[in-house]
Amino acid sequence: MAITSRPPADTPTTGVAPHRSDRSPWNWLLLIPIVVPLLVPLYNATSPTLFGWPRFYWLQLAFVLLGVATTALVYRMTRRSSTERRAARDAIARDAATQDEES
Amino acid sequence: MSGINGVELTIVVVLFVVVTVMGFMASRWQGGKDLMHLDEWGLGGRSFGSWITWFLLGGDLYTAYTFVAVPALMFGAGAAGFFAVPYTVVIYPLVFLVVIRLWSVSHVRGFVTPADFVRTRFDSPTMALLVAITGIVATMPYIALQLVGISAILKSIGFTGSGLSGELPLLLAFLVLALYTYNSGLRAPALIAFVKDTLIYLTIIVAVIVIPSKLGGWGHIFGAAQTKFSAAGGPGVLLPATGQLGYATLALGSALALFLYPHSITGVLAASNRDVLKRNMSALPVYSLALGLIALLGFMAIAAGTKPIGKDGNTIVPELFQQMFPSWFAGIAFAAIAIGALVPAAIMSIAAANLFTRNVYKEFLKRDATPHQEARVAKITSLVVKLGAVAAILFINPQFSIDLQLIGGVIILQTLPSVALGLYTRWMHRGALVAGWVAGMVAGLWMLYEIPKLDPATHAIVKAHFGGSAFALSKLGFATKATIYPGLVAVLINLLVVVVVTVILRAMKVADGVDGTAETDYTAEREDPTVRDLPDPLASAPPGVAGRASVRR
Repeated sequence: MAITSRPPADTPTTGVAPHRSDRSPWNWLLLIPIVVPLLVPLYNATSPTLFGWPRFYWLQLAFVLLGVATTALVYRMTRRSSTERRAARDAIARDAATQDEES
Repeated sequence: MSGINGVELTIVVVLFVVVTVMGFMASRWQGGKDLMHLDEWGLGGRSFGSWITWFLLGGDLYTAYTFVAVPALMFGAGAAGFFAVPYTVVIYPLVFLVVIRLWSVSHVRGFVTPADFVRTRFDSPTMALLVAITGIVATMPYIALQLVGISAILKSIGFTGSGLSGELPLLLAFLVLALYTYNSGLRAPALIAFVKDTLIYLTIIVAVIVIPSKLGGWGHIFGAAQTKFSAAGGPGVLLPATGQLGYATLALGSALALFLYPHSITGVLAASNRDVLKRNMSALPVYSLALGLIALLGFMAIAAGTKPIGKDGNTIVPELFQQMFPSWFAGIAFAAIAIGALVPAAIMSIAAANLFTRNVYKEFLKRDATPHQEARVAKITSLVVKLGAVAAILFINPQFSIDLQLIGGVIILQTLPSVALGLYTRWMHRGALVAGWVAGMVAGLWMLYEIPKLDPATHAIVKAHFGGSAFALSKLGFATKATIYPGLVAVLINLLVVVVVTVILRAMKVADGVDGTAETDYTAEREDPTVRDLPDPLASAPPGVAGRASVRR
């Protein structure tokens, strides 16, 4: 990453910040793993037990998987196109290279 | 000091030397060129990819103290201690969309700390100072608590002596930590986190296979806990009806607080792009799974009849390992916890140093500080912070740090309106944010003060004030025995005051300052031209936006 504060020569300096949005209907899915683990009556019981674990313990650990599945799904569905992601990777590589030259 | 276990001590020392060497070599890792710049020393060049970020944030959020204190809580209080699991599940979906906005705006504007953001967004040095002070005060006891984790290990190895000779290993460990953090900055904990997590996962996997089989299975472990917590009409391994609201609000409140801590934000800002953060929000819960299993070590200790050393409940996990594992593996497990303390302690001290440098030193003491001077001040501050933590543990009762850390969670929540909601809206008036912060602080501290600590068996009051995080709703006039997490109540009061005062100040047409950020900043991606440079937020605007013109929203 360039750590100097002068703008790079090849960059136009005005009106180039692209308008983007993080909005997506998929984001609403994130509410599920926020709300469900906080519903205590759902798991504050012993039966059914699983491998000797009362429900309280195995179900709450299962919520970890619920969280992973939901965030992974939302990430996949709202992910940018592969072209754009390559552009981001190139930017990281380019900044690293720029820094090597400067020092 | 006669009963020192030589095998364990040797393994811990050897692994400690390995990470020390790594810590010093880290300065040359990942192309760190000019460490005399805060972006390099304090944020690792903002260049960490998915894997490094996973290890760094994992090492940062799931601290050694957590690994020692959560099972100790399960051992002492039963099911209530398991709140750590829902807490670390809800956190990631909760902040999934928030951290990427924070990352983007910080990259475009060159923010290093949350207070940098608040200053520019709300044009309010006062609120920024409050955010910085809150962050430093909340982080300090957290660093001290990492030492509690190490000292629990040392006690188990056999360093039970009091006075300087007993504390010497602890002092030495922190001195080494302080030196390589000074030298290598954020790259040191990032690199060491690899070792720490490998050891932690190895320990957990072995522990959940070996210990239950030695104790006669999970059924027997939960049975023993059931017996212990059913005595005198207790709720067994479940929550009592009156504890359910407290359980859920503690989990939610702690989750809201976690990413407001400066050390979490440091970890977030060090990521190289938005995708890294999004991917980590689904990868980090692996640690929560590990934490759930670690919590159950508390029940295993009950089944095994483990006794803590003296009155220190935190020694329960080391003592269980001592009892169940051969010395060589206990040594590895101890090293995992000890090294696990170094990673978050390093990141926390860096975060506190960044806050002091950017929002106190640069803002109030030396406006024209060069990047070189900033980095110097930050490095020295990180040393001072760690010395303070050591002094707090050596000279003040460690219980004081535990109390302070409890308070820390409640007070850091009071920065939620300005830091988290501020990422979405500038509707709130800067004066209202200050008023809300004051109201939330007063309310939160009062509630914590009013919580007595009860003896679990006799229900006698052991300690009159700051005794826990379960505030009785009956004190607010509700006819119920239920309890609630004071942090959540305090932040609701905070928000209410922010709304009311904003309406009043707007009606009075009190000046509201200028927003130094643009709407496009919050969704900026790594490849955008605006993100290429890291300008100083206090001095200049980046290329590509209209600058600090009066953009009011």
